[in-house]
Amino acid sequence: MTTDPTAHGPVSPAQPGHDPEGELHVTLRGYLTGFVLAVILTAIPFYLVMSGVIPDKLITALIIMAFAGAQIVVHMVYFLHMTPKAEGGWMIMALIFTLIVLVIALVGSLWVMYHLNNNMMPMSVEQMRQMP
Amino acid sequence: MAKRTSTRRTPPAAAATAAPTPAGPVFYELDEHPHPEGSSTMLGFWMYLMSDCLIFAMLFATFGVLGGNYAAGPGPKDLFELPVVAVNTAALLFSSITYGFAVLAMQRKLVARTQLWLLVTAFFGLCFLAIELNEFAHMIAEGAGPQRSAFLSSFFTLVGTHGLHVTFGLIWMVTLMVQVARFGLTSANQRRLMCLSMFWHFLDVIWIGVFTFVYLMGMLR
Repeated sequence: MTTDPTAHGPVSPAQPGHDPEGELHVTLRGYLTGFVLAVILTAIPFYLVMSGVIPDKLITALIIMAFAGAQIVVHMVYFLHMTPKAEGGWMIMALIFTLIVLVIALVGSLWVMYHLNNNMMPMSVEQMRQMP
Repeated sequence: MAKRTSTRRTPPAAAATAAPTPAGPVFYELDEHPHPEGSSTMLGFWMYLMSDCLIFAMLFATFGVLGGNYAAGPGPKDLFELPVVAVNTAALLFSSITYGFAVLAMQRKLVARTQLWLLVTAFFGLCFLAIELNEFAHMIAEGAGPQRSAFLSSFFTLVGTHGLHVTFGLIWMVTLMVQVARFGLTSANQRRLMCLSMFWHFLDVIWIGVFTFVYLMGMLR
């Protein structure tokens, strides 16, 4: 057990978070790749919805959701520089935990609230217009 | 039983004697290892971003539940203009890549170029904000304010919270430009610029969710 700071970086590979600049691999090529991919993944959903090439709305919705998921991954990798090794793996751990909570919150809310309007009193459009 | 406890007691003693050699497992460290200033800032800021992500998850869930309750008021097709949203998305995407250029210039220690790219990023961010506020103003002037329906309440909360984040990101960016102008690209300023980089790209990630789930899927309803 030595307190010599030079012994820490190369000797213990379990703690790579101690070198603030050595772990980031920021390159022009990476940013440009991410940007081109992001533009493509943004343009296609906008085109699909604005032109209405696919008549089935459910299929269109599923396709644009898939594009959104792909674009989020692209942003995470190329812009936020997420790697499984970043900060000794703790960043991806926090991300996975957040994703789990996020999925539970979103799916749970939509599921539980699916019948939200079923017990409402029937109301005509005219009555609704009179509402404050 | 007595024999079992005796065997259980021996391993810690063996580990304690084996601890000084680097080959053996280290269960606890008696000496403090160095914590350079700012070495944990990135992880801490990432934790903040993840908690912020949960705030947006709740707002998305609210919008998902209430997004169809128009109360006989205007719906997405009456209110949203996709070309405007496309321009808005482009502005935010351009600001992301220009912030990337600022980070590249920062790593090459080019102060003037860093400042220039930060200025371009702030310009695109300001464009985004101006377009969004213009959209909000039009909607409120048409009587489609947040008090009109549950759909509009959740819409203004979700998109407004994102816009508020962009506003604070811009204030932060101007602050850092002043910092860099006064003190140069010190290691503290570089760390701050990297934090803002994460914040800014994170806002772009949230915007992907907004334009997909609020605007594009709103037009499909």
